[in-house]
Amino acid sequence: MELLVCIKRVPMVGGRIAVTADGLAVDTKMLGFTVSPHEECAVEEAIRVTERHGGSVTVLTLGPPEAAEQLRDALALGAHRAVLLETDGREWGPAATAAAIVAAIRDREATAGRFDLLLFGNEAADSADYQVGIRVARALGLPCVTAVKQLEADPAGGPEGAAGRLVARREHRGATEAFAVALPAVVTVKEGINLPRYPSLPGRMRARKAPLDTAAASFTPDPLERRKLRVPTSDRKGAEILGRGPDAVPALVDLLDEMGVLA
Amino acid sequence: MTVLCLVELDEGRVADASLRALRLARDLAGPAASLAVAIAPPADPAALGTEGPVLAELGDQGVATVLLLETDGLAPGAYAPAALARGLASATAELGAVLVLAPANTHGQEILGHLAAIADLPFVANCTTATWEEPGVLTLTRQRWGGSLLEDARLAAPAALLSVATDAVTPAPAVTPTTPTVLVHRYRVEAGELDVVATTEPGESGGVALSNARVVVSGGRGVGGPEGFGELEELARLLGGAVGVSRVVTSLGWRPHREQVGQTGTKVTPELYLACGISGAVQHLAGCQGARHMVAINTDADAPIMARADYAVIGDVSEVLPVLVREVRARKERAGR
Ligand SMILES: Cc1cc2nc3c(=O)[nH]c(=O)nc-3n(C[C@H](O)[C@H](O)[C@H](O)COP(=O)(O)OP(=O)(O)OC[C@H]3O[C@@H](n4cnc5c(N)ncnc54)[C@H](O)[C@@H]3O)c2cc1C
Repeated sequence: MELLVCIKRVPMVGGRIAVTADGLAVDTKMLGFTVSPHEECAVEEAIRVTERHGGSVTVLTLGPPEAAEQLRDALALGAHRAVLLETDGREWGPAATAAAIVAAIRDREATAGRFDLLLFGNEAADSADYQVGIRVARALGLPCVTAVKQLEADPAGGPEGAAGRLVARREHRGATEAFAVALPAVVTVKEGINLPRYPSLPGRMRARKAPLDTAAASFTPDPLERRKLRVPTSDRKGAEILGRGPDAVPALVDLLDEMGVLA
Repeated sequence: MTVLCLVELDEGRVADASLRALRLARDLAGPAASLAVAIAPPADPAALGTEGPVLAELGDQGVATVLLLETDGLAPGAYAPAALARGLASATAELGAVLVLAPANTHGQEILGHLAAIADLPFVANCTTATWEEPGVLTLTRQRWGGSLLEDARLAAPAALLSVATDAVTPAPAVTPTTPTVLVHRYRVEAGELDVVATTEPGESGGVALSNARVVVSGGRGVGGPEGFGELEELARLLGGAVGVSRVVTSLGWRPHREQVGQTGTKVTPELYLACGISGAVQHLAGCQGARHMVAINTDADAPIMARADYAVIGDVSEVLPVLVREVRARKERAGR
């Protein structure tokens, strides 16, 4: 099976996010970069599918030249090819991002054949727009399942003419929602679908030298115009200490009773 | 001018997440505009009858019109996101709605994502506030990084879609209740829009669903290992709640990922969030900041969770929890509950 995984470079923000003096960006001077846990899982899932069914994994990112680092991380894990849609570092909105990805997919498919399965992270760690995968699916006329936490791809199944089928499952209000769809399809995955592997040393060596397929992407502004980023403030005064150890339990139970949660 | 809000039902009532979205939708509709909701036909048609609670609940929210989205090939109660988005697109066009809102949960956002693509509209996710700066221009705040960072922004668009951060907006009734009119809105799907339909399988946990639990008893690394969760399960059972966990607990394989609370897990909005042996990293708090009350049990009086919690017991979870379980059970028995 031929798989595509779309990932996004984001800073590794720690316990508290720092904003630049003009309030318009996250201050990344002291930070490393990564991709969202959802996307780490998407890469892992794609590699597992090819380990079972053969085929290859292409990773794609739209981002600054430095996003090559995230592509190489995915190559080190076992992805086969990498595509960088290079920006000038400005932040792109979700509609423009989806349009650029769609154009790149059409381009590649014209020469290299169809992708059978297109994976995305369910939402990016920073913007959490929840729409790039869906917009791409609709533009390409493909079915789309989001928030997926279990995936079974079967290249032999599906109706006449399909590239196979997949069953995707996710949680919904304590139950499970299952979707059976024909391939090709778009799936946006969530952390928990698998536990991603660590890169091997030979994998990392290979990735360092691997060629990246780079194309320039030209910026389209988003209608959402940022005014300011800020860390939420709280007027909380901090926890009232009920006591130490098991001796504090009676006070705690009184409190639970007052809150009305004992009934 | 009409503001349209997607509403889902949960066990025959308006889902809590929908009530939260309705709050923001109503504020945006204001006195000058009308508030309409779109609902997919429920499995039980009586749910929308005058005898059921739903219309009264929507009336309390100030809803003027209820559109029942009906199409051929989609059974009542069935969930097909692409089709429902088509129904919403059709309802939006008919009403001339300028805004469509939905809760920022899986169904709400998935449907808005499709609608954004169908109608070529901007979709701003995880909004916490929104007001009109002038007609066609919104000033809004939305969560980034799971709510660890807020973005103030301006959106100039003739029409737009907003998902509402359910942990940042609390439900509230309208000042002036209404008697909503129910209209059947029939729409036609396009090719492929019924290809993705959910089949519901019973949950693995069998207990209370984490996302709507009134009480969440949550454990982190400080619980010490998978065995320690027996006490948390028992306490959750006694309080009619669900067990939650931190990411450390799921990555160590102590508990399944479906129990994870946080930015990459589930967002919860319980009455009580009891955090046992959880440090309170921003990514964890991103999932429980909407809790009404938070209590921490932690050996470290300086853990970051102490800044968010309302009350705390400083102590070892393995010593405090067994006593707490015993005491809660005894208190309930004494009260005959
Ligand atoms: C992009 C991203 C997304 C993330 N998403 C999530 C998410 O969805 N959910 C999530 O939870 N985390 C998430 N994290 C991870 C998060 O940053 C923390 O690493 C994690 O929440 C810590 O879990 P913890 O509190 O159990 O462990 P720790 O931080 O190790 O804290 C353990 C706590 O237990 C206390 N303790 C130890 N022993 C005892 C004892 N015997 N009795 C009582 N207290 C004790 C300690 O004092 C400490 O406060 C994410 C991280 C990233 C980068």
